[in-house]
Amino acid sequence: MRKYSENIMKIVFLTAACVSIIAVILICVFLFASGVPAIKEIGVSDFLLGDSWKPNQDLYGVFPMIIGSVYVTAGAILIGVPIGLLCAVFMARYCPKGLYKVLKPAVDLLAGIPSIVYGFFGLMVIVPLVQGSLGGSGKCLLTSSVLLGIMILPTIISVSESNIRAVPEYYYEGSLALGATRERSIFRAVLPAAKMGIMAGIILGIGRAIGETMAVVMVCGNQAIMPDGLTNGVRTLTANIVLEMGYASGLHREALISTAVVLFVFILIINLSFMALKRRADR
Amino acid sequence: MDKYTIENLELFYGDFKALKNINMKIQEKEITAFIGPSGCGKSTLLKTLNRMNDLVEGCKITGTVKLDDQDIYGKIDVNLLRKRVGMVFQKPNPFPMSIYDNIAYGPRTHGIHSKAKLNEIVEKSLRDVAIWDEVKDRLNKSALGMSGGQQQRLCIARALAVEPEVILMDEPTSALDPISTSKIEELAMDLKDRYTIIIVTHNMQQAARISDKTAFFLLGEMVEFDKTETLFSVPKDKRTEDYITGRFG
Repeated sequence: MRKYSENIMKIVFLTAACVSIIAVILICVFLFASGVPAIKEIGVSDFLLGDSWKPNQDLYGVFPMIIGSVYVTAGAILIGVPIGLLCAVFMARYCPKGLYKVLKPAVDLLAGIPSIVYGFFGLMVIVPLVQGSLGGSGKCLLTSSVLLGIMILPTIISVSESNIRAVPEYYYEGSLALGATRERSIFRAVLPAAKMGIMAGIILGIGRAIGETMAVVMVCGNQAIMPDGLTNGVRTLTANIVLEMGYASGLHREALISTAVVLFVFILIINLSFMALKRRADR
Repeated sequence: MDKYTIENLELFYGDFKALKNINMKIQEKEITAFIGPSGCGKSTLLKTLNRMNDLVEGCKITGTVKLDDQDIYGKIDVNLLRKRVGMVFQKPNPFPMSIYDNIAYGPRTHGIHSKAKLNEIVEKSLRDVAIWDEVKDRLNKSALGMSGGQQQRLCIARALAVEPEVILMDEPTSALDPISTSKIEELAMDLKDRYTIIIVTHNMQQAARISDKTAFFLLGEMVEFDKTETLFSVPKDKRTEDYITGRFG
């Protein structure tokens, strides 16, 4: 009897595990099956490197969006990583216990805010700010980068903080015992020891930034052109899909799915490098 | 010459009195060993000598500890104190960086950035601990790839690289095999011509082998402090005798 129920449970667990794997496989199959033919039809280099996206003229060059995504993400990293890392250092090594009890839930909450709310915040606060100080419409590369920089903070902070905390105290003590100041000990002995984990946090942040859609659509301007300048509009891969999917048909629709394939490949690269880093960090 | 003069030292962890009225003078260029059972306060006393106890929350100190003639709990630069008083820990703790960078860490901290000067310091420090020949071809490899004994000697070299006057060793061989242990002991004896060495050890034979003076601690009290020979052959206190003859501990 016992053996029987054990077997049943085994099957239940196996099914649960299979569902997630099957979901991933199905997504892959769907994406590539519906995206790759369009890429072939448009031509690989015309699609990936073409610099004009004009569906009404049957021009499907996704290069401006690739560059847009890369720029916006790079900007987010430039803004989010230093702030996030310093915040993590503060939380792990300096923060008084009382303040920590406020700070930690606040950071967790930051992670839980829906992206549409971030988008509104960007639209109502950051856009007018940029517009007022730098001119232009305010919906631009800079605004998107700032907003995404804020959005990736919780990922970078929590991963970095836990990795900094995991560094054995004897590195810190060893450095102090050599006459190093507290700051030097933290930045030169503790942080290098947590390097791999911090890198992993940054890569997770990149993944979040490049995949973000709603918030970016609201503040990036969405012009499907090569980005030129911080205060000009950009369109990201994600924005490209969500903006046109509603009315697209035929090759246009397939080209949008192909855009998703490009995005998927980006995420794949990011995840693989995350896994590779993790493996090195575990050793 | 007295390197350290400790007067009426008492140390509290919160309400717990970990050290009771310690008075002692530690001679320079000698090896002084602290022995005693676990929890007797010997490591605690060692850590008061370079103020590593500052890191322990709720740690309070009364009395004076003088290095040369300066009260180290007075108005002094703690980082400078720790430059003068190096420390080697129980578990070898090389930083997760290259062998070279481990040694260069201290000098860089104190403002030496000239490549030639650093090279010189690294070589000299590694020669001083007799592992130069073993590691000279892999200075840029991670220090974590070395054996435990090599790591501990690297940590001693790292301490030497900032040119300290005193070296504190907190059970430096307790995590090592017998061969590495004897190498560290030889090294300590080589170094005492130039440095004042204070070593905490669980191992009475070790204290007897290498130290000039030995202090025996029990329950936060310094029971006896004398020449090592005297303390091990004709202990004055019954408790010392009981401990060194193995009746407890």
